[in-house]
Amino acid sequence: MSDLAIIDYGMGNLRSVQKALQHVAPDCQILVTSDPAEVRAARHVVFPGQGAMPDCMRELDARGLRQAVLDAAASKPFLGICIGLQMLFEVSHEGNVPGLGLFRGEVVRFPHPVADQERLKVPHMGWNEVNPTQPHPLWVGISAGERFYFVHSYYPVPLEPGIVAARTRYPEPFVCAVARDNVFAVQFHPEKSQAAGLRLLANFLAWDGLLQPSRPGT
Amino acid sequence: MGLAKRVIPCLDVSGGRVVKGINFVGLRDAGDPVEVARRYDEQGADELCFLDITATSDNRDLILTMIESVASQVFIPLTVGGGVRSVADVRRLLNAGADKVSINSAAVQNPEVVADASEKVGSQCIVVAIDAKQVAGEARWEVYTHGGRRATGLDALEWGVRAQALGAGEILLTSMDRDGTRNGFDLALTRAFADTLEIPIIASGGVGCLEHLSAGVLEGHADAVLAASIFHYAESTVREAKDHMAIRGIEVRR
Repeated sequence: MSDLAIIDYGMGNLRSVQKALQHVAPDCQILVTSDPAEVRAARHVVFPGQGAMPDCMRELDARGLRQAVLDAAASKPFLGICIGLQMLFEVSHEGNVPGLGLFRGEVVRFPHPVADQERLKVPHMGWNEVNPTQPHPLWVGISAGERFYFVHSYYPVPLEPGIVAARTRYPEPFVCAVARDNVFAVQFHPEKSQAAGLRLLANFLAWDGLLQPSRPGT
Repeated sequence: MGLAKRVIPCLDVSGGRVVKGINFVGLRDAGDPVEVARRYDEQGADELCFLDITATSDNRDLILTMIESVASQVFIPLTVGGGVRSVADVRRLLNAGADKVSINSAAVQNPEVVADASEKVGSQCIVVAIDAKQVAGEARWEVYTHGGRRATGLDALEWGVRAQALGAGEILLTSMDRDGTRNGFDLALTRAFADTLEIPIIASGGVGCLEHLSAGVLEGHADAVLAASIFHYAESTVREAKDHMAIRGIEVRR
């Protein structure tokens, strides 16, 4: 049994995620795997994603990993990153593809430029401020307004306000992190966000999947 | 407050070593990419750009080892370019730990490589690098390849629009007229791209002082500014650059 499994379904670069996790936890066994059995056996699971969501969904199914992802999201500390967050929703406007449906809501694109307004660059690429909207073990030691690295053209619009864990402005506020039970997911890339990102990853590795720090004897 | 304008030091590498003028105080080995990258990271660099200027293909794989080491130590985005010809090249660099790969001459010769690469690995990983030179006396620019030695006849802005349509996630725009002059960015060129394209523009070529960086954003409308020599020769730190930009009213990460 590994300490942590990074789910590999052939989309994008998982080395950065692995390197950052290994950096904050040199003694942890961190697997990059496309084997459902290894995902099931891991204590913590990271679900990353890059590229286009229709390709990600297709590759996830092609490798028979859908159920392993859903099982992990139902049972153990689970961190979605970028498209790994978007895939947890019901549907994405990118290719109008259905997601895993763990969270109600859609994934929509940043607006195309409107005449006589300042041009909005898409993808939203670079360091932007993240403002947590609820306390969470993964935010411990991270100040409100800390900058994280983003690169994406789509963002989630959750139907359940209770799952919103943080917002960012571009230029309007959008949801950049969601949380429910043992699942936490972020639109930004903690593995590329220097000290703040490494802190979030360390918090994840230390997390038991409960919303409150566990207290012995209670 | 919102998205910060990015400051990106650029390093020339050859055979997996940093070459050309790294002059930090207290640096034990100016050629060690990890040590140099870490120094820039500490100063607050938003990304790092590595340009592989290795002349022979024999030594090309050394950059993979180099990226591997840097990516294990420095947790900010890394862009790697120079001699990237195929989707296989792109994949090798990403697997070594690069976050973005920039394609220059090969994209001009075979634009399909941009479409193919962005489809396979995602637009967010694909930077198209454009070396542009002003057409004498006119407000337009021509694309040059092979390190600025070969004219292509292509209009730079038209090529930029096409690169975006092919799937480029970002443009690294270098003025060949300004590169190495220390006279500042070609602001008209930068602005033409930034105001026309929807994807982010990195301004490059000509930075000689901190004021030039601010001008690239304020007058050139660039989303990111790239510089080499002012940082390498320790004339200015990235932190000083950001302090200067902040005084000019530019939002930066500090």
